[in-house]
Amino acid sequence: MPDLSINFCGIKSPNPFWLASAPPANSGYQVQKAFEQGWGGAVWKTIGAPVLNVCNRYGTMDYKGSKIIGLNNVELISDRPIELNLKEMAEAKRNFPNHAVIASIMVESKKEAWQEIVKRTEQTGCDGFELNFGCPHGMSERGMGSAMGQVPEYTRMVTEWVMEVATIPVIVKLTPNVTDIVIPARAALLGGASGLSLINTINSVMGVDLDTFELQPNVGGKGGHGGYAGPAVKPIALHLLSAVAADPDILKSRLPISGMGGVETWRDAVEFMLLGATSVQVCTAVMHWGFRIVEDMIEGMSNWMEEKGFETCDDFIGKSLPRVSNFGDFDLGFQSVARINHDKCIQCNLCYIACNDAAHQCIDLKELKITDEAKERLWPVVREEDCVGCDLCSRVCPVDDCITMVEIDTGRPHITWNELVKSKPEVLEWEEMEAYRETANIHIH
Amino acid sequence: MAEHYKPTKYKAWELTLEERFQEVYPPFSQREAVLEANRCLYCHDAPCMVACPTGIDIPTFIRKIATGNVKGSAKTILESNLMGATCARVCPVQVLCEGDCVLHADEKPIAIGRLQRYATDYANEKGIRFFKAGQPNGKKVAVVGAGPAGLSCAGELAKLGFSVTVYEKKVWAGGLSTYGIVVFREPVEVSLAEVKMIEELGVTIRNGIEIGKDLTFEELIAENDAIFVSIGLGNVPEMEIPGENLEGVHDGLDFVEETKTEALSTIKFGHRVCVVGAGNTAIDCATIARRLGAERVTMIYRRSEAEMPAYHFEYEFALKEGVSFMFLTQPVEILGKDGKVHGIKCVRMDLGQPDASGRRRPVHVPNSEFVVPCDMLIKAIGQVKPEGIIAMLAPFGIETEKGYIKVDQHNRTTHAKIFAGGDCVRSHGEASTVMAVQDGKIAAASIGEQLVGVARPLAAAVSKR
Repeated sequence: MPDLSINFCGIKSPNPFWLASAPPANSGYQVQKAFEQGWGGAVWKTIGAPVLNVCNRYGTMDYKGSKIIGLNNVELISDRPIELNLKEMAEAKRNFPNHAVIASIMVESKKEAWQEIVKRTEQTGCDGFELNFGCPHGMSERGMGSAMGQVPEYTRMVTEWVMEVATIPVIVKLTPNVTDIVIPARAALLGGASGLSLINTINSVMGVDLDTFELQPNVGGKGGHGGYAGPAVKPIALHLLSAVAADPDILKSRLPISGMGGVETWRDAVEFMLLGATSVQVCTAVMHWGFRIVEDMIEGMSNWMEEKGFETCDDFIGKSLPRVSNFGDFDLGFQSVARINHDKCIQCNLCYIACNDAAHQCIDLKELKITDEAKERLWPVVREEDCVGCDLCSRVCPVDDCITMVEIDTGRPHITWNELVKSKPEVLEWEEMEAYRETANIHIH
Repeated sequence: MAEHYKPTKYKAWELTLEERFQEVYPPFSQREAVLEANRCLYCHDAPCMVACPTGIDIPTFIRKIATGNVKGSAKTILESNLMGATCARVCPVQVLCEGDCVLHADEKPIAIGRLQRYATDYANEKGIRFFKAGQPNGKKVAVVGAGPAGLSCAGELAKLGFSVTVYEKKVWAGGLSTYGIVVFREPVEVSLAEVKMIEELGVTIRNGIEIGKDLTFEELIAENDAIFVSIGLGNVPEMEIPGENLEGVHDGLDFVEETKTEALSTIKFGHRVCVVGAGNTAIDCATIARRLGAERVTMIYRRSEAEMPAYHFEYEFALKEGVSFMFLTQPVEILGKDGKVHGIKCVRMDLGQPDASGRRRPVHVPNSEFVVPCDMLIKAIGQVKPEGIIAMLAPFGIETEKGYIKVDQHNRTTHAKIFAGGDCVRSHGEASTVMAVQDGKIAAASIGEQLVGVARPLAAAVSKR
């Protein structure tokens, strides 16, 4: 049985699955129930500045009958009394000493305020802090949340204030609503953070009602941007995670990262961990289905680790990071073509129309006479010599493993764009580029 | 609890008579329809569309359900098939669109018929009309017979600006959709709503007019620029065995008609019912008898299971309904007692060499006579060919083919003014509502081309079957 336990800059957790700082971690009742069901840790819903909430707070992206592939909210940090939160936090930690209880905090941009809440909260016996520099709505307008995370100098300054007094690990939670997330990540590092977590929610407007013209979420007829989360944001989260995790400064510092943004299954969790996350945080999936999903997350990850021969999470955390690269460093000589398996093909011919209307017109519909049917329909056939290897056809194919992209060797030189422009800067002119393509056996129709 | 989450009652004896005669498949709820529509792959050059005799753009109408454009969906359907609501219910989708769905093999085909029903019912319930009569072109057309072929032709002609009168022998229009499709497949209201839609296009339907009795072809030819003949077929033929006149011996089509037109509680049925024949109408009779309350219903067919003309899904439906089958059994005499049917004497059969239809010919097994007791006997051994009308048309030089009216691919007869379609021309291929609808469409286009020079848009789509 693989060991799923993790050590996140000193915060120990029986598994990498944490509740994110959000409505599911709003109270002692919820957090203890989650621990009972198997969650390894919980980042308590942010405590700090006084707030008032509104109704309605959520908007969703539903797709083809599936509910909540994306969830947006305008709920604020905890509106419960701080004393009550701290009391329940202490109780949860006392009852579950081996689970990770992390306090998320956010106060106005005053040193005393930050240091006071740190000291007060530490008395609960919690395992660490998460500094909420990411909340994109309500708090940001008051100079908190993402308003701090979007200014690297503030990120560093507040982190330093906290580090001055904190005796337990401090995680800085980053906002995705910036041009380059690596900059605030480095600021947190310079401020002395013990770890990072990302991503917080993304600015979004969820939709407009075609009958009432109201926005979603609808707060008494008005709407505005809110924080977007859920499965739909996973690709964005993975990108930002990989950018931070692969950054040389962060890599060198060995700062652990808690990854989140659309984690719904053990598969998602494994992907985040392969890209450098030590723990993963979950909110939307729990908001949709409740705490019980963690049972499958634990089991699924264990089974996968066993199958792959990994004994501990450290065996695979960051395993895909060396593959994180940039366009300029991709091999221009790597070529693939689409191959259609006609034994599996169901002749929906979506590959044909996708290639014809939206790609490079290199799939034909042909008579193949491979069945006994009198009126056999036409089959999609790839003209391999014209296939540019874009992969669109296999992406639209509804049948698993029917269209595969096969690597072929066309004698193109294995060179990257960066290498090419370094050795042949003249290719930046079209004429020279055409000439180079001739020599490199690259023919574009 | 939401309407569509009501648990289905499936035990016949727990249902009231009325419940037993509700449509077998409940209508899709909006959620069901959208989920099903979203399963559709939206194939390029979709095989379902090719398989539809009326060429409905199926992927497009399904996508419109998925996007919430149900009105547009119904329009897409009705543009190709004015009887879309009927066809959604009675089409043998398993051997047409759904049978050719690419998801057939790996998953399960899209429920095209039920989605079509969802869209057409939506338009009907909301009273949405998509078409209007064309600019009057001054030409008059008479349609003989108000079944699916006649109504389809009349509607398409009205859209082209023709003045159309439909003559119908029966009290209601709709033909077999009104009278001959069991009510739990298609309620009468659905067919009559289609009739209303055609009438609203300016078509005059004159019920209770029988050609040859109330009106002659001479008169029709003299008064109209073209005539479309769509009189369908006749009643069930005689079995030509002793005892057919006994009380309790019924014509299958009449029996179905009763359930469409009479109060269910007034319909007489036996407790031991024998149905002779194994076509779709025979299945209808057997399943109706069961649903009315008959204890034992036995279908008697002289050939084997493999040769039975009913669709396989109809056969399965009958089995599920508790109907039993006696294959390779030939009735030779209907036995009576006090003038009432009491049993049917049969002989066992074997299969010999293939006959003209390609099916193995059943031959008597000597000395194998036995009696099946019954108190009701329904004969459903096909329909009489349109002999009467053919005799009336013969003086005008109308040729026939195997006892049916002969038409070319444009549904023209051998008389310049007379066109024909529907079951009365089905000398080959399977008689079906959807083929009749397509005949009406083709004939309307041919009439339009001949009389007012409207290009025939359907030439390419002319029946492939």
